[in-house]
Amino acid sequence: MNYLYYPGCSLESSARSYDVSTRWVFHRLSLGLKELEDWNCCGATMYMSIKETIALAFSARNLAIAEKSGGQIVAPCSSCYTILNKTNHILQENFILKAKVNQSLKRAGLEYQGTVRVRHPLDVLVNDVGLEEIKAKMVRPLKGIRIAPYYGCQIVRPEGFFDDRENPTAMDELFASLGATIVPYPVKLRCCGGMLMTTFPEVALALNREILEAAEAEKADLIVTTCPLCQINLDAYQVKINQKFGTNFRLPVMFFTQLLALSLGADRYEIRLKENIVPIPERIIGGLP
Amino acid sequence: MVKAKMREQEGNRKREELLREFWFQVSNIPGGQKIKRCLQCGTCTGSCPVSQTMDLTPREVIALFRAGDMENILKSRTIWICASCYACTVRCPVGIKVTDILYALKRLAMENDLFPSRFPVHALSRSFVTLVNYFGRSYEPGLLILFYLRTNPIKLLGLFPLALKLWRHGRISFIPKRIKRKKDLQAMLKEAEIMEMIIPWELEPVRSH
Repeated sequence: MNYLYYPGCSLESSARSYDVSTRWVFHRLSLGLKELEDWNCCGATMYMSIKETIALAFSARNLAIAEKSGGQIVAPCSSCYTILNKTNHILQENFILKAKVNQSLKRAGLEYQGTVRVRHPLDVLVNDVGLEEIKAKMVRPLKGIRIAPYYGCQIVRPEGFFDDRENPTAMDELFASLGATIVPYPVKLRCCGGMLMTTFPEVALALNREILEAAEAEKADLIVTTCPLCQINLDAYQVKINQKFGTNFRLPVMFFTQLLALSLGADRYEIRLKENIVPIPERIIGGLP
Repeated sequence: MVKAKMREQEGNRKREELLREFWFQVSNIPGGQKIKRCLQCGTCTGSCPVSQTMDLTPREVIALFRAGDMENILKSRTIWICASCYACTVRCPVGIKVTDILYALKRLAMENDLFPSRFPVHALSRSFVTLVNYFGRSYEPGLLILFYLRTNPIKLLGLFPLALKLWRHGRISFIPKRIKRKKDLQAMLKEAEIMEMIIPWELEPVRSH
């Protein structure tokens, strides 16, 4: 399978650790991962709230380039993943909007038929590669590490292409197969507030507190997530949450590819561990009990 | 007496117009018309992680739409607080795309300049679009700077400790990334802007329930 990598804007600046660790894992598992040529921003949740056709054309440019290159898009950022999938869905269902978008794409020398599949790396790893094969390449078991798997909203919602929309388990199974203990985590899909951290911080801080609280109540060693926005909200704002609510959280938050890479033999530099603001304990980095 | 009547007519006309525009936006969403099937069960509100901070709950938004009161919906904070987590959409028993409907409402509010006062969330979207139209990609530090310049420049100073922390951890880049074929992108956007204005005429007429 030809995987076309769509890093998205966050993975180029604030979440480069997600970018490098995803590339590392794909390389380690001998999966070809070619970056989508001259990709542009997906439009995020914000473009859609201004103009519809323009937002769709903006996002569809990526789909059109992928169609031309022939392959599936792999998008690690949950927001990119949802937006690209949504655009795809709308263009496949609504022929008027599709005609309008194609008319616009023509100006950029592109066209979109509607044949591209957009996938999340978690989906690719669990369903295309399979847990058996990943386990076979494991170098360090994650024995004794208690993980709170935090999926965030937009990886299984609204469509739920590869996992349950109320109780996804792909990440649970992945890390359980590598020896980790998965704590019961009922808030695994609870919203972190996303950009509300900028526009309406009081609301977002309270939401993040709940997510951290649930992990701490189960004595989790760390939270593992699949979304750059969730990661930065939970990690970088932890101090602020402690200040505001008088709590005492000190929970590391890692990208799932970072932890997976550690288990597959990466060292701390290969996954840019310095980016994680709450320090990761040596016990987790070493992996060995 | 005559003046009051004229004002009333004007108000009615405006209301009809907003409803028609809204209906057009909704009909573009795959499955958008299911909004007519709302049972008023409140599952959307119950699933919403931020409904307690809204002035109108998602269920009330749909109820107001059915009563034909678009203006109060557009002036509410609700549409701007929604963080697009899609919990309501997934759980709605009749399949209403609540999140996408809130997007349609955001666009409507933007177009008609109807905002809740002192609640400048829309400024973030505007800043974002300015940025990505220019570079082709988003640039996080630039986005925050533009947003605060538009809303509350003093708050930029308060951002400094966080920025310093992120910079120390290597999470801030100083140079915005841009795409190679910027000219193509801009030509495309220009065309899309024209396309945006074309509205098919065979639309279902709006009926108040």
